Parts: sequence; structure tokens; C-alpha cells
Amino acid sequence: MVRAKDINENTPWQGLTPGAEIYEPATSKLVKTGEWRVLTPLFDGTKCKQCMLCVPYCPDASIPVKDGRRLETDLDYCKGCGICAKICHFDAITMGKEER
Amino acid sequence: MAKKDRMSGNEAVAYAMKQIDPDVMGAFPITPSTEIPQYFAKYIADGKVHTEFVAVESEHSAMSTCIGAEAAGARAITATSSAGLAYMYELLYVASSSRLPVVMAVVNRALTGPININNDHSDSMGCRDAGWIQIYAENNQEVYDNYIQAMPIAEHCRLPIMICQDGFITSHAVENIELLDDASVKDFVGEYDPEHYLLNEEEIYSVGPYGVSPYYMEIKKAQAEAMKSAPARIKEVGEAFGQMSGRGYGMLEEYRMDDAAYAVVLIGSSAGTGKAAVDMLRADGMAAGLIKVRVFRPFPAEELAIALAGTKAVAVMDKAESFSGQGGPLFAETRSALYEAEDRPYMMNYVYGLGGRDVTIETFDEVFEDLQEVAATGDTGDGYRHIGVREA
Amino acid sequence: MKKQGNTVEIRWHGRGGQGAKTACLLLADVAFSSGKQVQGFPEYGPERMGAPITAYNRISDDKNSVHSNIYHPDYVVVVDETLLHTVDVTSGLSEDGAIIVNSTREPAEVRELLGGYKGKVCTVDAEKISVETLGKNFPNTPMLAAAVKVSNVVENHKFLHDMESSFKHKFASKPYVIDGNMKALRMSMDQVKVG
Repeated sequence: MVRAKDINENTPWQGLTPGAEIYEPATSKLVKTGEWRVLTPLFDGTKCKQCMLCVPYCPDASIPVKDGRRLETDLDYCKGCGICAKICHFDAITMGKEER
Repeated sequence: MAKKDRMSGNEAVAYAMKQIDPDVMGAFPITPSTEIPQYFAKYIADGKVHTEFVAVESEHSAMSTCIGAEAAGARAITATSSAGLAYMYELLYVASSSRLPVVMAVVNRALTGPININNDHSDSMGCRDAGWIQIYAENNQEVYDNYIQAMPIAEHCRLPIMICQDGFITSHAVENIELLDDASVKDFVGEYDPEHYLLNEEEIYSVGPYGVSPYYMEIKKAQAEAMKSAPARIKEVGEAFGQMSGRGYGMLEEYRMDDAAYAVVLIGSSAGTGKAAVDMLRADGMAAGLIKVRVFRPFPAEELAIALAGTKAVAVMDKAESFSGQGGPLFAETRSALYEAEDRPYMMNYVYGLGGRDVTIETFDEVFEDLQEVAATGDTGDGYRHIGVREA
Repeated sequence: MKKQGNTVEIRWHGRGGQGAKTACLLLADVAFSSGKQVQGFPEYGPERMGAPITAYNRISDDKNSVHSNIYHPDYVVVVDETLLHTVDVTSGLSEDGAIIVNSTREPAEVRELLGGYKGKVCTVDAEKISVETLGKNFPNTPMLAAAVKVSNVVENHKFLHDMESSFKHKFASKPYVIDGNMKALRMSMDQVKVG
């Protein structure tokens, strides 16, 4: 069975699947869209009231939640769109340059 | 036990569908294929089959239904003609590139315009490059037989398939037919057991993803390779069908070609008329022969080159225009198939039978007369002719 | 002009809605039942109720592979007499054959309308027979019987036998029409005038 992690842009045609079909879920995890980011959401935990509004607004599900609290943004997948910063009522998220 | 009967080509297809009892039919009516879903819907209403009939608002949705159903793991069928097939065009590519073996009965009818409901091959020829296997029938028996072979071919190759017949000429004509018994058909067609399907609880499966440039071409290459290997399966199934029914099938049919000096190459119901003409010309001493191309996609280039080796002059007859300025689609393929032949015959193209224009034994007489003249003089003149067209 | 083997070719002329196509398909049915190779096919176009239509039969002992219309029939059946004025019904008709017309007139009178056709001209009053036996004008059943009688493409006794079983099947829910239909067939075979 061909797995998404085993194919790339050098895979010969024989190594791909018929019709490019996919036999597993969540293959988007293999694509680190965080690399597309220009501005980064900088999170200030002291201002955050844990209202959770940013979580459903994130188009990339990059704000993990654990035990009823949001954690640090998952920068592997955050594209830096800024929606979370815009929606935050408490100025807990600001968009800025990150040190890479 | 086979049963002798008489029925129209549309009845024959609906009867084959009934014997197969597929899972899903999505269909929208259009002349002259309307009777197929109509007869089949009656089988459903009468409880003779277990098929889910999805009544849709258009052919676009009919094909979409089939694509969804096939992806889910069901056997899906439809039937259409002319503008209906044209309206499916976008989805034809989705079915074939997703490698879903949808089976479609095509009752060939001219495309507009002028508006016309009668037979020619412009509809299915118009989508010849959509990645579907195309099999054409000469008569009701053949369309019935071809339909029963459709699923074993398509499902093995993972390619969708069109089972074509000539609108009205065979679809609405009652002829003798030999029907197989239900058990033999069921046994021959077998159960559909796809390796991957959406309703499989054991496997997460996605169909129809975006293919960026670094992948798109590899996927197309795989599709092309599947089509290249389809003839082996088509012949294997045709042979097995012959063992069961006494009526074997290949990629093409050669009729009195053994020592033929003059030959016509064509597709569909007019081949029967052509055979009668060949018999009469043979009785008069002419070395006439005929090749009926049964499978147009994939194209039987090699077989055709072998069958035409030794002929002096060949008329390729197209029941469709392609507006290439130099002949119809069958002509282009046939001439290309002979490019590497050592001793090429003279080759003419006759566009015929458009929009239901009738073709008689006398039509073939004229074509064979032309071939004799061309072979004798070595002059094809205008080799791209429209037969029976009134000229000023 | 050319045809395969011993094929008998028949052309039907009628008007949309009169049942000429049905009669043509019925003839194919009965010829099939008597062991023949058959074709029955209408010529389709954008026709509608009342417009002239044509249908064809080929009936033979051996397989017939020809798929063209019929231009030189052995027999012609005219279901609606008014067509004689608008359609060239004897076009290509074999002089060894016959034309069968639904008419109250004598064959000699009808012949005058046929532009010098020299073969047999037959008439039968299908309307009268139909109204008498079925209570309505369904000319196709009597015309089918007359065509069988004149052409003899199916043995007459066998034809009546097969039609009876076919009617029994077709009219299973209204058996009272079976007798009328059978009577229509017999009357037409008795009354068709050959001139």
C-alpha cells in the first residue's frame, strides 16, 4: 500500500496511486504549511482570558487545546494569517516578526 | 440455457442490466436512449432487480451520481445520447482519471446543429479522448453481448467504459437475439469487489484530490498505461464470452479479408450492410473485404495494420466529422496505424451517415468501385469525401 | 435494388398515432414465432400525431445483416388511404409484389391513384372491420392480418394461433377484447380484395 509519507516529487509514476487516491486520513500533517508564514502570532498568556474564541477561528486548527486551556500556537502549521489576532478581544495575540 | 428471442437494441441493453442487477443507476432521459432507463425503471418497480435508481435533473448529475456511487464501492450504470453525453463531458474525465469503472450505455445520436435526433457517431467521438474504453455494436445481439462483457473489462482495468450502439437503427429496431440465462450472466459478470471504497469502515479513503504539476503528469501516464494494457483484458473477456455463448469477440472483426485487395474500415450498424455488399461483390469476382472496428478506445492499431497488409486500396468510413480539414477520427487513427507498414495501401476517407443519412448496399458498391479505380490509376483525387452529399 | 438472399421486405405507410409502427413490430413478432429471422423498425424523425410515418420489415430464413431503410419493397401496406395523395407509396415497389390499402373502395379504383403500378393492388375496409369488432377505429390490427394474408410471410393458421396467444398475454386484464381482436383478424383475412 502506497503511503503519503513514502511519496514525493521524485517518485516515478509506477510508485503513485491510481487516480491519485489516498488510503489514509490526515495526510495534510505531512505538509508543514508553517513554512509559508511571514508574520507570526505572538501569544501573551498573561492577557489571555481563555475565552477560546481564537480556537475555532483558526483556519488551520493550529491552536491546540488541553484541559480547557489554549496552548502555544502550533507553528508547524500556522500560516500567519492573523485571524486569531484580529478576533482576540484582550490583545493577547499580536502579529510580529519571529526570531527564526 | 440460451433463449431465442426478438427485441430492440434498447430492450436488449435493459435486459442485460436486469440480468446483472447493478447497485445504482443515475440517469436522465434523452432520445434515443430514453427507453433504457425507462425499461430498467420498470424492472426496479416490479422488484426484478435491487438497483437504487437515482432520478436526477441532468446528465451532469447522472454522471456525478455514478462517480459517487462507484467511489463508494457500488456498481453504477447510466445511459445517454448526444447532448446528454456532451453535458457529461466534464464528469467523464473525473470518472476516468479517478479510475472508476462506470458503465455507460451510449445510444449514438448526432450533436446539434442543425437539431437532429438521428444516428451518427459525433457524440461518442467527441469524447474519444476522455479516457473511456469505447466498444461499438453492429446489431442488437452485439450490444447485448458487449454490455455483459463491460464490467469484467472495466473493473479489471479500472477504466470506465461506453457500450455504444447506433440510435434508432439498432436501438429501436426489433431483431432476433439469443439471450443468456440469468445464472450464466451473473456468473460471468461476477461480484464487484473493489480493493478500495469509501464505505469501507476498515480504511480511510479519499478520491479525487488536487494534483499539482509534479504529480499530475505521472497520474496521466498511469491512466495511459492502463488504456494500453486494456486490449489484453478486452480480448481475454471476449474469448471467455465466446466459450460461454459461442460468440467470441476481439478488438475488431475481419470479414472476408483473407485475400482482400479492396477493403472498407468502419464502425457500427452499417458494417452489416457492408458485409452484404461484400458478399455480392465477391460473388461478382471482386476481392472485397471489410473490417469492423469494435473497440475504438483503446485503438487496435496493430491488429488493423496486420489485417490491412496486402490490400491495394482502403476506404475508411467515418460516421462523424472532426473538422480537421483532412478526414474523420477513424481515418486519422487508421492512417496513423499504417504509417510504419512496409507496403501501404492507398487510403481514402468517406464521411457518411451524418444525422441519420441512410447507407445502403449500393453506397458500398460505389465506394468499392472508387477503390478499384484508385488502385488502377494510383490517383486518390480528393481523398476526403462526404458520401451522398448533393453537389451543385 | 439489392437485398440479401430470400428476404421479404415490407414497407408500412401510416400517420403518427394510427399504429403502423405497432403493426410492423407485431408482424416481426409473429414472423419470429414462426421461426423466421426478422427486423421491424420505424423511420424516426420529429414526427407527431397525424404526420406521415414509415416503418419497415425484413423477414427471411437466414440472418439478415443489412441495416438500411427499404427502397424496393416486395409489399407495401397503407394504413391511411389519404396518404395516397401525398406520399409516393408505390415508390420502388416490386411489380411481383402487392400493395395493400385500407380503403372502402375496390382495388381497380385504388389502382387509378397509383401512377401505373402494375403489381397486385389489394384493399380492405379496416375501419369498418375495426369498428364492427372492436367498437373503435384501430386500423392496424386488420391491416396486419391483410398483410399476412396477401404476402404469406407467415403461414396463416400459425399467424392466427400466435396472435391469439399474444392477445391473451397482452390483454390478460381485459379478456373481453381478445375475441374482438381475433374476429378483426379473421374478417380482414376473409374480406381483403385482391385486384
